[in-house]
Amino acid sequence: MTRLPLWRRYARLFGPDPGADVRDELRFHLEAKTEDLINQGWHPEAAREEAERQFGDLRTVRRIGRQMGEKAERRKRLADHWTDLLQDVRYTFRTLGRDPGFAAVSILILALAIGANTAVFSVVNTLLLRPLPFPNAHELAWIAPPPSACGQSCATYSSDAYEEFRAQSRSYRDVTGYFAFSTPDNVRLTGRGEPEPATSIDVIGNFFDVLGVHPALGRLFTPEESRGTQPVALLSNAYWRREFSADSAIVGKAIELNGTPVTVVGVLPASFDFGAVFSPGAKVDLFTPLNLDVARDWGNIVTLLGRLKPGVTVTQALDDANRISQNIYQRVTHPETLGVYKGALIPILLKDYVVGKLRRSLVALWFAVGAILLIACVNLSNLLLGRAAARAKEFAIRGALGASRGRILRQLLMESLVLSLAGAVFGLGLALSLIAWLAHQGSLALPLLNSLRIDAQALGWTVLIAVVTALIFGLLPGLRTVSGNLQAVLKDTGAGLGRKHERVRTALVVSEVALACVLLVSAGLLLRSFLKVLDVDLGFQPDRAASIKVDYDDRAPSDDASIAKRSAIFQQVLARVGALPGVEAVGMADYLPLGPNREWDTPVPQGKVFPPGELPDPLVYVITPGFIRAMGIRFHGRDFTWADGPRSERVVLINASAGRVYWPGEDAVGKVLMRGKEQDHVVGVVDDVHEENVEGGAGSQIYYPATQQGPAGAQLVVRSSLPPAALASTVLQTLRELNPNQPAAEFRPIRSIVDRAVSPRRFFMLLVAAFAALGLVLATLGIYGVISYGVTRQRPEIGIRMALGATTGDVQRQVLATTLRLACAGMFLGTLVALVVAKVIASLLFATSPWDLPTYLGMVVALLLVAAVSGYIPARRASAINPTEALRSN
Amino acid sequence: MDTAKLELLRGTLDVLILKALVWGPLHGYAVTNFIRRQSDDALLVEEGTLYPALWRLENKKLLEAEWGLSENNRKAKFYRLTPEGRRRLRHEAKVWEAYAVAVGKVLAATQLPMPEEIR
Repeated sequence: MTRLPLWRRYARLFGPDPGADVRDELRFHLEAKTEDLINQGWHPEAAREEAERQFGDLRTVRRIGRQMGEKAERRKRLADHWTDLLQDVRYTFRTLGRDPGFAAVSILILALAIGANTAVFSVVNTLLLRPLPFPNAHELAWIAPPPSACGQSCATYSSDAYEEFRAQSRSYRDVTGYFAFSTPDNVRLTGRGEPEPATSIDVIGNFFDVLGVHPALGRLFTPEESRGTQPVALLSNAYWRREFSADSAIVGKAIELNGTPVTVVGVLPASFDFGAVFSPGAKVDLFTPLNLDVARDWGNIVTLLGRLKPGVTVTQALDDANRISQNIYQRVTHPETLGVYKGALIPILLKDYVVGKLRRSLVALWFAVGAILLIACVNLSNLLLGRAAARAKEFAIRGALGASRGRILRQLLMESLVLSLAGAVFGLGLALSLIAWLAHQGSLALPLLNSLRIDAQALGWTVLIAVVTALIFGLLPGLRTVSGNLQAVLKDTGAGLGRKHERVRTALVVSEVALACVLLVSAGLLLRSFLKVLDVDLGFQPDRAASIKVDYDDRAPSDDASIAKRSAIFQQVLARVGALPGVEAVGMADYLPLGPNREWDTPVPQGKVFPPGELPDPLVYVITPGFIRAMGIRFHGRDFTWADGPRSERVVLINASAGRVYWPGEDAVGKVLMRGKEQDHVVGVVDDVHEENVEGGAGSQIYYPATQQGPAGAQLVVRSSLPPAALASTVLQTLRELNPNQPAAEFRPIRSIVDRAVSPRRFFMLLVAAFAALGLVLATLGIYGVISYGVTRQRPEIGIRMALGATTGDVQRQVLATTLRLACAGMFLGTLVALVVAKVIASLLFATSPWDLPTYLGMVVALLLVAAVSGYIPARRASAINPTEALRSN
Repeated sequence: MDTAKLELLRGTLDVLILKALVWGPLHGYAVTNFIRRQSDDALLVEEGTLYPALWRLENKKLLEAEWGLSENNRKAKFYRLTPEGRRRLRHEAKVWEAYAVAVGKVLAATQLPMPEEIR
């Protein structure tokens, strides 16, 4: 064979062509054959025909050949791609390895940004995007009246109403509910040494069936057990593990609650956490069946939820509920209670009930963290642009050596991708620790925290944002690098390119500062709201006071005897605890503010007539003498005394709001409230106490003395100059001396109750503030980078100016002025955007205007300071330039 | 027996092609000529099967192809053995010889073996 001469190789100049190859090859074959035949004496025409005849089906062979060739070509191209890619990766590692400082800073920035994004995504995914942890959770509906001022009693239903609603409603597969007035640590686990407090909740027998929760061990309640035939309980998984060391033989055994044996019929699965869904921040240990018959005369006691029939929408269920609500009695034996739930059986999706209030905050958080990612992108773009200017020659040479622009761009994007993925790996570690920490924040009143984790979706999200981030921050520097005139770069010293880049970099820094500015304003507004919330006058003094749940036994043959027994116990407890050193005031109440609450009935001011519906159902607190002072509630009139006994005149305290309704413009002290035939003399008026939440207003409240009415329990409140921790053991010991059954309940600072109530706001505020701080740091880095680079580039120029007589002060001032110009441009843009954003998040603010001047001023000061610092360092460097050296080096 | 119609067993063609290229690069037409002449015109390779076989071997990296000039200065595609192809040829040749010997032995049998030997 002779090699094909170079000039005849033109045929495939424009890339391979398998079809033509096959054609050429076969043509040669036929020609060679024909020639041979002619040499054997054939006529040329006949020889040609004979050759083709012998060949057979020429067209099929051609087709096969072309297909095989194309396939081989494709495979080769793919292999080439892989080789190129590997080469790019190797090259990337080499270049990044040469500049470890740059790589480290970039990866750190990206890790912070991506980590924050992954963590927030996990939270958003758990709370907003994922369905609740129940089978077909979209069918579960929460049934409640519209919000009202009379607390939980107006958000619940009576036994009769539940049964009627369940029987008449056609929208639900089944309806269930639970007793809404359980307090933490409401039972004692006894019979095993020291009594231990536990939280138990009464649920309607079908509760777990409706939710679709199957027991991990044993079974659920039977219908007989729901009617209270024998005491039974279901254990929560966590309680079973903690208290019974996951004893698998627990089912069927009896445990002692408040001294009564109760049979454990089952253990619930670990995936079911009552508190996480229905009462964020609370833990529930035991579930007992609610005996609806016993509770029939207790008024409104159960919260309702139902499982909608497949295909039934919430709107249809609402229509259905509105239709039947007029036919429902509160108490069937009291015909006048017909229709009290009219329009008050409103279903919403359980998911909306659980997380609905958080939706806006979470979305805001998501945007904040997205802004961080954007700032990080801008920062990285900036860093890369700076590098691109320095590497312009390298790429120009590669271009001159034949690398296509696409290839160089791909190389640059590969560098971005490697940085971004490395950042994602570290960010994932950061997110993992953040999420692990968050999932164990029991005191944080956010729902579903227990199911918080980095799952496959969060991983997918991380990879997605890593790739998108790489594209965003890599594309601009990449395009600018390859779009330049290679020849110019090779000849030039690089200054021209630097100047061109600098304009882009300035624009980037301005947008970065603007983003940071928006974040700062948002964080500032949320911080101001939070401070305002902390400043709210709660109506009581949460500091220096703590509470503990007190166990007592006031069982007696008659009501009077019971009251006498209770009074004696309470008086003794208060006297003993009040005598402890450091204790300033003591008192007891059955419910504390910011916790569960209830109302009883509608008192009417004596001698006055109000149109129906005008009078409120005040929240009821049953308290002992001293409680008002122990809680630090301001009042006028007199406090209850132990002399207010069952035989003496009935007395009450009301709050200011109630007074304003009952006797507008008058002092309520000395007036009389009628409850049926009972006369309640108002002996004092107390300030409004925030009963349900810190941010809402207060409704009507009424206080009864525990010596005249039956309390639902006893929370001992101790006001002391000593820290609660120092007092806890003495108080518990004193209680134990009086009552050996006293469980080791927690001695909770009242402040912690308030903290828990404001914890979601604190959580969001802290996160947004952290993001704002991060944004500020990144913006600082960005400003510093650009100014510092500018100084390096202008060395000769500065040198000349100094040679011409400019002082170091002049030079410094000029650099600082450039910096401040940048910062101001960013702040101007940022403020414009922030004004819009503030308006959008206005609903998240508390007592703070979206145009809160101090916030904006604070932002301006913070940014100016930061800009000054990041400009000062390069300014110092500029003023230290030696003119002679600077001029000579050029 | 009509030797011109002797059909190639499946898989045989590959070995013959590999063998044809042992002495150096050849184009497709030369490969057919080699096989025909070497088998004293007993084996006629159809072009319709030869070329796909060549391309297949090329895709399997047993052969590599290059354009060159034929004896009478025409552009032709030449095939050459790769080291892998050479290895394959050695292996296939051995298998073929063993096969031929075995078949030959069976066909050369003159009587039925003793019954106990069958068992």
